Amino acid sequence: MHEKYVLQLEGIRKAYGENVVLDDVSLRVKPGEIHALLGENGAGKSTLMNILFGMRVIHDTGGYDGVVKISGEEVKFTAPTDALAAGIGMVHQEFMLIPGFTITENIKLGREDTAPTVASRIFGKSLERLDREKMDGDARRSLDSIGMGIEEHVRVAGLPVGYMQFVEIAREIDKLGIKLLVFDEPTAVLTEGEATQLLEVMNTITQKGIAIIFITHRLSEVMDAAHNMTVLRDGELVGTKPIAETNLAEIAEMMVGRSIENLGIAADGEESDAPIAISVRDLHVDMPGERVRGVSFDVREGEIFGIGGMAGQGKVGIANGISGLFSAEGSVTAFGQPLNLSRLGEALEHGIAFVSEDRRGVGLLLDESIAYNIMFRVMTTQREFLSRFGPIKLLNRRKMQQHADDMIKLLDIRCRSGRQKVGTLSGGNQQKVCLASALTAKPKLLIVSEPTRGIDIGAKELILNYLTKLREEEGLTVIMISSELGELRSLCDRIAIVADGKIVNILPPNATDAEYGLAMSAVSAEEAGKVVQS
Amino acid sequence: MNNKVRDFLFENKVVLLFLSITLFAFWASGLSTVVFFSELFTRFGRNTFMVLALLIPVIAGLGLNFGIVVGAMAAQISMFLVILWGGDGVSGIFSVALLATPIAIVLGYLVGRLFNSMKGSEMIGGMVTSLFADGFYQFLFLFVFGGIIPIAYARLMTSTGVGVLNAIDLGDMRQALDNISMFHILNVSFFVMLAFVALLLIYRLVKKQPIKMFGPTGLIKPLVILGFLLIGYILTWTVTPFLLFTYENRLNGVYASRLVAIIISAVQIYHIIRDIRDEKRPGLPIKRFVILGLVAVGFLVTLLPEISNGLAHVRIPVFTYMIIGGLCLFIKWFINTRLGQNMRTIGQDRNVATAAGINVDRTRIIAMIMSTVLAAYGQIIIIQSFGVMTTYGAHMNVGLYAIAALLVGGATVTRASVKHAIIGVLLFHSLFILAPAASTNLMGAALFGEYFRVFAANAVIALALIMHAWKRVKKRKNEKAKATAA
Repeated sequence: MHEKYVLQLEGIRKAYGENVVLDDVSLRVKPGEIHALLGENGAGKSTLMNILFGMRVIHDTGGYDGVVKISGEEVKFTAPTDALAAGIGMVHQEFMLIPGFTITENIKLGREDTAPTVASRIFGKSLERLDREKMDGDARRSLDSIGMGIEEHVRVAGLPVGYMQFVEIAREIDKLGIKLLVFDEPTAVLTEGEATQLLEVMNTITQKGIAIIFITHRLSEVMDAAHNMTVLRDGELVGTKPIAETNLAEIAEMMVGRSIENLGIAADGEESDAPIAISVRDLHVDMPGERVRGVSFDVREGEIFGIGGMAGQGKVGIANGISGLFSAEGSVTAFGQPLNLSRLGEALEHGIAFVSEDRRGVGLLLDESIAYNIMFRVMTTQREFLSRFGPIKLLNRRKMQQHADDMIKLLDIRCRSGRQKVGTLSGGNQQKVCLASALTAKPKLLIVSEPTRGIDIGAKELILNYLTKLREEEGLTVIMISSELGELRSLCDRIAIVADGKIVNILPPNATDAEYGLAMSAVSAEEAGKVVQS
Repeated sequence: MNNKVRDFLFENKVVLLFLSITLFAFWASGLSTVVFFSELFTRFGRNTFMVLALLIPVIAGLGLNFGIVVGAMAAQISMFLVILWGGDGVSGIFSVALLATPIAIVLGYLVGRLFNSMKGSEMIGGMVTSLFADGFYQFLFLFVFGGIIPIAYARLMTSTGVGVLNAIDLGDMRQALDNISMFHILNVSFFVMLAFVALLLIYRLVKKQPIKMFGPTGLIKPLVILGFLLIGYILTWTVTPFLLFTYENRLNGVYASRLVAIIISAVQIYHIIRDIRDEKRPGLPIKRFVILGLVAVGFLVTLLPEISNGLAHVRIPVFTYMIIGGLCLFIKWFINTRLGQNMRTIGQDRNVATAAGINVDRTRIIAMIMSTVLAAYGQIIIIQSFGVMTTYGAHMNVGLYAIAALLVGGATVTRASVKHAIIGVLLFHSLFILAPAASTNLMGAALFGEYFRVFAANAVIALALIMHAWKRVKKRKNEKAKATAA
């Protein structure tokens, strides 16, 4: 009999001690379906997937209640290998790739094709020799099926991030008898073009009858690609709906549980006459993929200055150049003093804090506690949270704990305690830790790069509101770099649009869509004026 | 191009440093090539197997296995028991190996279990384990043997009857492996190969598998090998000079170097022909021609009177060298098996390996068992080469010197290959031979050279560990610096 559902999760309940993280959650996925799994950070998506994959963390904490059925048969996985054997695969958010291996070796990782040898007949299969020709052939086929032209014997180290994602997918597709693939925020690290390609690939995969569970924060992608969607909130099932019968606003409401108010009130775009906070002149930044080729602008104190533009045009490069993470030329004057761009930490000493878009890479120490992450910056630069005993400096644990608790409360960081390792937090909460860390330095100017990338609507709203509040109450100057124009327009006083490494135009938030569109496609102010008027 | 040269120099800095020290010491020592070469080839045969035993744990990400000392102890316990039970000669040595295997497997399993519960600190764990095991070993040899288990055998025991002698003479087991003659090797391998081919045919017939000559499962390879062995076998029985030549148990260095040159050339030419036939890579295989050229140059060098005179006095223990060669081939083959690939994966990233369904703990234990068993065999080779077993000392320096040799060859805590092992043994033991003589000439005291070689062994290990730790600290610092600025 042909089973209707490839996966059924019925009445799943999971508690860590007293804390119930999943309560009576059900999910049904048909073959060949793309099923979006949505929810805020901490809504229980990861726990649900951990149960599905039989991760050890579930068993170590007392297992779960409820039924998991694969193709109609009840299963109870006790190890990830069981899930793999049953035809369930996962495309991880962090790449499970080995840089020193070739693409073929990575695709075939743990499932190498082998041919028997004399020794294997005596000592067992683990001494069979690798059949590299067959491995290469299979890898080639998998890569071709998702439209990747790259050579299969290239090493993974040094490949662009997007390619690594596709190698991961090729690996899952290569598995025999794969029935269900879980994509965990696959587009979070991809450029727009790569993301579009990925959605196409997902479509191709489902045409082979493989089902996909698609976890993402980008609701527009859900609307484009998914067939059905399930929303979780605070560990409970909010609802399951076909995409055709819903819309963006409804999904957003289901996730947050309240309708989203319009953020802030758009300013009129006039430059105030407050003193200049930072003055950038002819800035060139050599950041691969985000090159800046001569940018000049002034930001006045108390202003929220937005920088927008397409991915890869250089908007992210500006912030990385000012903070000294990538080599930069040009002159930057902050609060009247020139900045030495070649020194890491120089910006911070001048009261400029930077929240990086690459929070896992450079923003956070993943193996350290939340408290330490929030405070190590000021410890090294401003010698705070340290008790002095003559020449000996010790961490002032009590003060640290106090401050961490304050920040956790203020920014609603969802965690067990300030001692939890940052690496175990979800993306949105990591972003909040980054922000807390930057704010702890009591900066006069805050540069936030992609503050809402990969995080859910609730967290996004909280962060944006908090930025506005800081500006109003403490006169903080903010430079906000974002790919989401809507976000910039609802928050900023003025928005610079960057294209091809240069500022094309500085627009007020109430400028028309046409003006923004033209600026993004690198049509300068004067030309734009002509086009708009005509 | 300039960058390439710089990268090459940087990559091989340790090797180049030791090469220059060795050349300087050779010049300063005033030793003749006759003495130097014969010493070096003896030491190479003695020590290389032990160094090769270190490779598998490095590949599996366990770092430098200071726990090989435990394997050496397994060999010594077996050696003691075999002598006690009256084993002798070649059969005695093989009995020792047979007895040492299960002991080493058990010990390797235990060390593997220990290392699994202290991932990331295996090296310090190995050092402490070897010290702990040494205490246990001393308890066994000083007290249990004779004290609890009565042993009345004057050749082994102290005069009080409790405790084993400090030095045990191996009797006929002395250099038993080294002394196996080529004649016997040829004869035995011919019959072994014959039996293998016969069994293969029977297996195929019983399992009703097709019998093919060519292809990956073809019979052509074993048959060609059998053919060569048959020719050798017939020659020994028909041509008297050949018989006399093979009846010697050592091979003259001149013949050996020519044999090696011929084998390398043959292999390279075979590969060149195959590459061209299969049209695998575009263009000519330049690398292989370079190797051929180097072999030719090397051959010309051996014609220099100094060198050829030195080589003429070299007596290579054929069987020991064959075992070493066999182990090199085994390791190369093993890396290309499923298990070997799993070890490589684990060595690179344990988390990814787990996610790919590899049983990390089990594979690491297998790596430790293999290393410990190989270390036991390596120790047997070392002891039989000396002819005397220093009961309480033979195992202690083995780990230190093997690891130092591997590092001198350019290996690191995370990367080591057969090439590193061979270069390392040659350089490290050259220094061992030359240092005392060089210091006598330079300082007038041989003792300084003794100190120097012990110093060099420890220094190179310390340096490698510091570099390893430094790299990790630097990586963390880098992350932190970036995070601070961000």
